[in-house]
Amino acid sequence: MLLSEVAYARPATLEQALELLAEHPGARALAGGQTLLNVMKARAAAPDVLVDLSGIPELKGIELGSDGTLELGPMTTYTELIASSEARARPILGEVCAQIADVQVRNRGTIGGNVCSSDPTNHLPPLMVAVGAEFTVSGSGGERIVPAEEFFLGVYMTAAGPGELLTKITIPPGRSDGFSSVAIGVDGTCIVNAAASLNGGVRVVLGCVGATPVVVEPASADAEAVRSAVRDTGLEPPSDVHASADYRRHLAEVVAARAVEQAGS
Amino acid sequence: MDVVTSQTISVEVNGTTYEREVEARRLLIHLLRDDLDLTGSHVGCDTGNCGACSVILDGTLVKSCMVLAVQADGASIETVEGLVEEEQLSPLQQAFSDHHALQCGYCTPGMLMSATALLRENPRPSDEEIARAIQGNICRCTGYWNIFEAIKAASA
Repeated sequence: MLLSEVAYARPATLEQALELLAEHPGARALAGGQTLLNVMKARAAAPDVLVDLSGIPELKGIELGSDGTLELGPMTTYTELIASSEARARPILGEVCAQIADVQVRNRGTIGGNVCSSDPTNHLPPLMVAVGAEFTVSGSGGERIVPAEEFFLGVYMTAAGPGELLTKITIPPGRSDGFSSVAIGVDGTCIVNAAASLNGGVRVVLGCVGATPVVVEPASADAEAVRSAVRDTGLEPPSDVHASADYRRHLAEVVAARAVEQAGS
Repeated sequence: MDVVTSQTISVEVNGTTYEREVEARRLLIHLLRDDLDLTGSHVGCDTGNCGACSVILDGTLVKSCMVLAVQADGASIETVEGLVEEEQLSPLQQAFSDHHALQCGYCTPGMLMSATALLRENPRPSDEEIARAIQGNICRCTGYWNIFEAIKAASA
């Protein structure tokens, strides 16, 4: 398909990228392009300028600190994360990335793109909230740290505003994590998903049931306690061709209990 | 820093270097098919789902409808046209023929590139690894079984 006319730049530094975004209010950052280019084909987005982030070395790479803290460059692809020995410090990250789409998409799609697109059916937003990730957001005025819980503001909307870029994802140490989903086919788009983490308290985060990830904190990891905590949140999920709102509410309980079970095993 | 609406790029496709001026909005699949006349790679869905446009870009399997041509500047690309060895079908292509792994053939170029990428990285894939390797390629004729058998036969 022929895209609408668009200009392009591939900056070599973060400063250049931020300058381009500041100079061109209609510009969009291009990460792996596995969402944005399709959205442009559908004319659902029409940026004037694409600022390709693939030439900026500081946005790539995975570093493991001596205390087990992981620092992920947002331009890391799913495939790179799955293959990374450092990322195995928090094994759930690679496990979940391996469930996203297919080989081709995993080879180009990025973890930064996944969270910044803030699609409610994406895998990583609930996971990032569950593991307590922190996002470094940079703009012309400097950088700030946004906890994952405050990063997702709405459908396709995040705390990285116009002229800003997500420049780092920091993940604290921890191992007792889980993830479960019901998807459209194996590794397909999620109908409902849940991430869980038992690193000091029970934390469950549901995806696909609202505009942003929904945090649930059950009193214990007992399956019935988890299901009842999910029930008590009064979810109002959307109905669509794949699942009614009632069925999504049911699935939310099921995947929450499964994610907690995996986290505790 | 300047932004451009078109730029001259250089790509190596199946060992041949091409220079072309392309618009920034041009997708890699259209550079291959329309500018370079390499029509082996197909456009099936144009939404990133079907995998008929799969090519190997700098050693990595990608769907060329989700890459801009300008992003491939300086890259080395392999398409289905590059699989033949001295005008003979490659062992993988021969296995597709032997196992009737195609009917209409529309998905075949993408299937071959996905299977090529798999076998290069993992010459003895398990059944599950074969199935997962072609997850991004849709076939509406065969029900996948014969494709699966062909890839299995071509593996070491």
